[in-house]
Amino acid sequence: MKTKMKMPALLSGKYRGRTVSYSIVLVSWLILEVMMHTGNLSSLFTSLLVPVCCYVVAAIGLNLNVGISGELNLGQACFMSVGAFTAVCLSGSLGPAVPSLARLILSIVAGALVATVFGILIGIPVLKLEGDYLAIVTLAFGQIVKSLITNMYFGIDSNGFHFSFVDNNVSLAAGGKMLLNGPMGATGTDRISTFTAGIILIILSLIVVYHLIYSRSGRAIMAARDNRIAAESVGIAIFKTKMLAFGVSSCLAGAAGALYGLNYSTLVPAKFDFNTSILLLVYVVLGGLGNMTGTIIATIVLVLLPELLRSMQDYRMLIYAIVLILIMLLTNNETIRVWGQKLKNRFMTKGGAAHGRES
Amino acid sequence: MKNVRFIKALISSAVAVTLTVSLAACGGAQQKGGSGAIKIGGSGPLTGPAAVYGNAVKAAAELAVEEVNAKGGLQFELDFEDDTHDAEKAVTAYGVLKDWGMQVSLATVTSAPGAAVSPMYKDDHIFAITPSGSSLAIIYQDPDNAANPYGNVFQMCFTDPNQGIASADYLKAHSDLGSKIAVIYKNDDNYSSGIFAKFSNQAAANGLDVVYTGTFDDSNASDFTVQLKQAQDAGADLIFLPIYYDPASLILTQANQMGYAPTFFGVDGMDGILTLEGFDTSLAEGVYLLTPFSADATDDLTKNFTANYKAKMNGEVPNQFAADAYDCVYAIAQACEAAGVTADMSASDICDKMTSQFSSMTFNGLTGQNVTWSANGEVSKSPKAVVIQNGVYVGVEN
Repeated sequence: MKTKMKMPALLSGKYRGRTVSYSIVLVSWLILEVMMHTGNLSSLFTSLLVPVCCYVVAAIGLNLNVGISGELNLGQACFMSVGAFTAVCLSGSLGPAVPSLARLILSIVAGALVATVFGILIGIPVLKLEGDYLAIVTLAFGQIVKSLITNMYFGIDSNGFHFSFVDNNVSLAAGGKMLLNGPMGATGTDRISTFTAGIILIILSLIVVYHLIYSRSGRAIMAARDNRIAAESVGIAIFKTKMLAFGVSSCLAGAAGALYGLNYSTLVPAKFDFNTSILLLVYVVLGGLGNMTGTIIATIVLVLLPELLRSMQDYRMLIYAIVLILIMLLTNNETIRVWGQKLKNRFMTKGGAAHGRES
Repeated sequence: MKNVRFIKALISSAVAVTLTVSLAACGGAQQKGGSGAIKIGGSGPLTGPAAVYGNAVKAAAELAVEEVNAKGGLQFELDFEDDTHDAEKAVTAYGVLKDWGMQVSLATVTSAPGAAVSPMYKDDHIFAITPSGSSLAIIYQDPDNAANPYGNVFQMCFTDPNQGIASADYLKAHSDLGSKIAVIYKNDDNYSSGIFAKFSNQAAANGLDVVYTGTFDDSNASDFTVQLKQAQDAGADLIFLPIYYDPASLILTQANQMGYAPTFFGVDGMDGILTLEGFDTSLAEGVYLLTPFSADATDDLTKNFTANYKAKMNGEVPNQFAADAYDCVYAIAQACEAAGVTADMSASDICDKMTSQFSSMTFNGLTGQNVTWSANGEVSKSPKAVVIQNGVYVGVEN
């Protein structure tokens, strides 16, 4: 962030959203790091840190796609899947000879790149469609990618790489390692993801997304969302601008997936199914379309919620569902919205006293 | 409007205090050995499509803990968390159990989540024995070569390779059952593919004639007519089914409708087919299976267990998952007793004692007599071959 900028500028106008997002991430990182190092963070929360970061990054990416670009994408999990398995295979084939930090960075970059390539390939047919059709096709591609990975067998031994498709013909020499074992996915992965890496990834994705939104391309993307014909008439290349959003979105999902895959010693392709895509969409919708801060908060709350409800035993998924419905009803309730807006106005006028409604 | 601001400040500070307290409470939840009972943790799918296995294990483990506690002596306490058959949730469930102060664990019910938490049991040095996680990835860090065991994670059930090899050996020794073999297995299931992989190696080594191999997965587990037709065309007179009883029941029904009657041969996943609701058990006549447990056995241990389990679970007949879980708790109790483990010991001390105890002791339970474990954590017990006759399991000579 530019150091010359004055504080009021950071807290108002187009910078306000960014400042709030960055400070939420940084403050929670600081608090959690302190709690971790003083031994005050429970094992449950420690185990949730990395997955929450992954979901936040993937949801930020999806919000760029759904909120800013206005394309209903029901296949975000498939890009996470591509990123995750790329990263797991790369990290597995590099082996422990490469230091874990270098391996982590390389794998995340590789995961993000491969997911971007997939994003662009899938985007070519998908972005020629609009609305419901686009949603259905992304859904279909999600299933296709899942099926492809479910049928891939990939191993490494002293003779090099072995690959087979559909039928498992990979037979490895002694000491070999299956990097990807069809439906059983990857096992024996080194767990090299860290919470700090997750936070850095969130910050990076926020920087990328905010810079894109407030750039010329970002305005073009939003113009194409709001009125396709008008945007085309002023010379905006619709396909290209939408592809930009789609590509960045899948890139972020790939990076998130890579971090996720390297956080567990085992990963199955079935993890990234339709349900995961919908879950990410729920985070985005509840956080507010186009609202990155809201997405971060909604993701954190909704990932933590089922864990905090564990004491409810058998009823916890029922209560989770009820809470979800309530949140959705309440955030769309006119009275509550007006009330929230009033509250917001009060807070805003406290510093600047611009409208002079108070006292 | 002064008081509005005051109320606002009040609300904000109340929220802040609540948040701090709840976070602090999360951090401070570690209490150890306060109740005088040894804390057994465990996780499994209590919700979702695999819930039937998790709930069976939970109920049987609860039953065993109640029985052991009623005897006096060492007391145990069980916390069984939901992992929805997902690696991510299994890891968070592990966190919950650790915060609770788990000293010994039943690890997980299913294989993939189990493989995700095994490294954590090793890192934190907590003893674990899984009732039904049969994949090699649960006990070995390098499952492809069955090398580099975790050392403190044990298995109560057979490993998948064990069953595959035993089945191929059995079929070789009893070639009268069938000479042309077809296999139908579920290729997105660790259990099924694990057994098949070793079966097919051992079958080749034994010179068995495998004429057809068919697969299915979760998305097409309801129609098997194609696989059965192909097996029939290939001239198979024996079908090996290393799968769970649910799809197996459909295969039996559909083969019957086609008028195709080969010998069916299953493994322990086939156990439970006689108690499946809505299944015509006459179709299962003549089905062979290798299983460590049958609820119809007439020894006192099995009879008591079956009766008590039925009473607890509204008449549901226990399957092998339940039996394995029941044995796990009894094996843990036996090892704790023998090693002099008490509730005030740390999980790490208990782990050392249990590991050496388990690799040297002999255990008699529902799922086998003279059960022993290798230092790697692999169980050694002999699978029993049974054939279904008149709706009950009848043991056959090995």
